[in-house]
Amino acid sequence: MSGPPMSTDRISGLVFALFGLAVLLASRALPFGTLHRPGPAFVPVVLATVLVTLAVLVLIFGGRSRSLRAADWSEAGHAASILAAGAFAAAALESLGYRITMTVALAFLLGVKRRTRPVVVVSVAVGFAVVSYWTFRRLGVLLPDGPLGF
Amino acid sequence: MEPLANLVFGLSVALRPENLVYAIAGCVIGTIVGVLPGIGPIAAVSLLLPGTFGLDATRGVILLGGVYYGAMYGGSTTSILVRIPGEAASVVTCLDGYAMAQKGRAGPALMIAAVGSFVAGTIAVAALMVLAPALARFALRFGPPEYAALLMLGILVIGYMSSGSMLKSLLMAALGLTLGTIGIDMSGHLRFTYGIAELADGIGVVPVAIGLFGLSEILATSGQSASPPVVAPRLRDLPPSKEEWRASAGPIMRGTVVGFLVGAIPGPAHIISSFASYALERRLSRHPDRFGHGAIEGVAGPESANNAAAEAAFAPMLALGIPSNAIMAIMMAAMMIHGVTPGPLLIREHPAVFWGFIASMYVGNLVLLILNLPLVAVFATLLRIPYRILAPLIVGFCILGVYAVNGSAFEIGVMLVMGLLGLLLRKLDYEPAPVVIGLVLAPIFEMSLRQSLILSGGSYAIFLQRPIAASLVGLAALVIVLALVSLARRFRRPRPAS
Repeated sequence: MSGPPMSTDRISGLVFALFGLAVLLASRALPFGTLHRPGPAFVPVVLATVLVTLAVLVLIFGGRSRSLRAADWSEAGHAASILAAGAFAAAALESLGYRITMTVALAFLLGVKRRTRPVVVVSVAVGFAVVSYWTFRRLGVLLPDGPLGF
Repeated sequence: MEPLANLVFGLSVALRPENLVYAIAGCVIGTIVGVLPGIGPIAAVSLLLPGTFGLDATRGVILLGGVYYGAMYGGSTTSILVRIPGEAASVVTCLDGYAMAQKGRAGPALMIAAVGSFVAGTIAVAALMVLAPALARFALRFGPPEYAALLMLGILVIGYMSSGSMLKSLLMAALGLTLGTIGIDMSGHLRFTYGIAELADGIGVVPVAIGLFGLSEILATSGQSASPPVVAPRLRDLPPSKEEWRASAGPIMRGTVVGFLVGAIPGPAHIISSFASYALERRLSRHPDRFGHGAIEGVAGPESANNAAAEAAFAPMLALGIPSNAIMAIMMAAMMIHGVTPGPLLIREHPAVFWGFIASMYVGNLVLLILNLPLVAVFATLLRIPYRILAPLIVGFCILGVYAVNGSAFEIGVMLVMGLLGLLLRKLDYEPAPVVIGLVLAPIFEMSLRQSLILSGGSYAIFLQRPIAASLVGLAALVIVLALVSLARRFRRPRPAS
C-alpha cells in the first residue's frame, strides 16, 4: 500500500469495513438458519461480508485518492446550522405543531444564518408554513397542530 | 394492431379531464424543479409523493411521471441560460447551449432542446409500448432464481456503468442492500431495530432519497448566496434559422436511438446517453472544433438522448419490477405505496394504470412543448430568486415531504442522517444513487435468494441449472471480468506526478 495514509479512500474504506463488521456482529443475535432453510441473519451476513470485502479493496487500492485534508470543508458551519434546524423540527413538530415549528426553523435559517431583512424573513417563513399547511391539507395530508390550534 | 388498441385505451384514460390536469400539473411542477438548482428529479418525486396519497393510483403515477420528465426537460433551461445544470443529465448541454446564449442564440438553443426532447420522448414512448409488454411476457417465465440472478446482474451493471469507481459504486449498492435488511424479515423476525418501533417497517426510501439527494445538495452549497445573472430570451427570438433546423435533425434522431438503447440498461443512463450522444455528434461532425463554442448539434443530440433514455428506463421498471436507476427506484416505491406492484403482472392486473401512464407520457411530452417555450421567461425568473432564500425553502420542503409520508418525526431524523452521509459521500467521491437502488431492491433480492435456496434444497447450482438464470449469471461473470480487466489496466498505468 502506497500513497497518503489519510487518503479519502482509505479513511472511507476503513469506516465502511468497520460498519460491515458491526453488522456481522449484530447478526450473531439472529438465527442464521441453514442453506436449506436460510434464517433472518443469512442475507445480512452475506451482504455484510460483501460490504467488508469491497471496503477492504477500496482501502487497499485507495492510495491514489487525494488526502482527506485536501477536501474543502468551508460549508461545515452552514451545514451544521441546517442540520440543527432540521433536528429542531424533528423534535418540535408534534408538540409545537407544523406551522409554528416550520416558521421558527425557517426564520432561523433565513434571519440568523443568512442575515436576510426581517420583513422578508417573516413573510417567507410564515408564508411558507401557512401555504404549505393549507396545500397539503387540501391534498389529504394531515400535518400536526400545536397546543393553540396552530 | 394490439399496441394501437392499447394506446387508444391508454389515451382514453390519460385524456380524462381530471387525469389531464394532473399530467399538466406534474409537467409544470417538474419543470420548475428542473429549473431550480438544488432539487433534482429524485428529490422532487420523493417530495411530491405524499401529495399523491389522496389520489387513486393512476392519477398519482401520472402526476409523478409528469414531475419526472418535466424535471428532465427543465434542466436544459438553466444549462443554456446560466450554465448551471438543473440536473446531472444536462451537464453536457452547458457546453454548447451556454456558448450559444453568450452569442445571443439562447432562443434557438432552448427551442431545439425542447423540440429534440419532444421528438425523442415521443419515439421512445412508442418503442416502450412495444418493448415493455414483450419484456413482461418474457419475465413471466422468471422464478426466484432468475430474479436473484437478474438483480445481481443489474447491480453489477450499475457499478460497471457508473461514472466513478466501480468498486465504490458496488460498495454503495452493498450499503443500500444492507440498510434494506433493517426491519421485519420474511419469517417475522425483527432485525437491527434496537427497540425503535419506527424501524420495524425498515428504513423508508423517501427519507433516504431526500436526504442523499435533496438535503445533501443544500448542505454542500449552503455557503452560496448570490444568484447568477439571467437573460431570458423573448418569444420572437426562439425560432432557429433554417440552417440550425437542418443541422439539428440528424443529431435529434441519432440522440433518440442512442438514448433509448442506453436508457434500458441499468445505471445512470440519461447521464451516460447525453455524453455518448455528444461524443457521437462531435465524431460525425465535419467541424468538430465548433463543439464547445456554440454548435447547435451539441444541444440537439444530448437533449434528445437524455429524454429518450429517461423514458426507456421505465421499461425494466414497469415490465420486470427492476429499477434501473435511483429515480426509477423512487417511482417504483411510489407505485407500491399506491398498491400497484411493478413487474410482469402489472399490465394484466392494472391495465388502466399501465396504459394510462404510457399514454400520459405522450400527453406530457406535448404539454411540455406547448407550455415550456412560451413560459421560458417565467421559468427564467425563478432563477433570480436569491439562493439565500431558496436554500432554506428547499430545506422546508425536505422536512415537509418526509414528514408527510408517514407522519413520522423519526423519519426527519433519518433524512438528516442521510443528508450528512450524502455530504460526506460527495466529499469522498462516492455516488449515492446505488444506496437508494440497493435499499429498494433489498427485500426482493432477499426473498428471491432465500426462496431459491429453499427450492434447491440449499444448492447454489440452481442458478446454473435453469437456462435463463444461467445466462444471467454468465452475463454477470462477464461484467466482473470486464471490470477486472479495466481495473488491471488502470493500475498498470504510470502514476501521475503529485
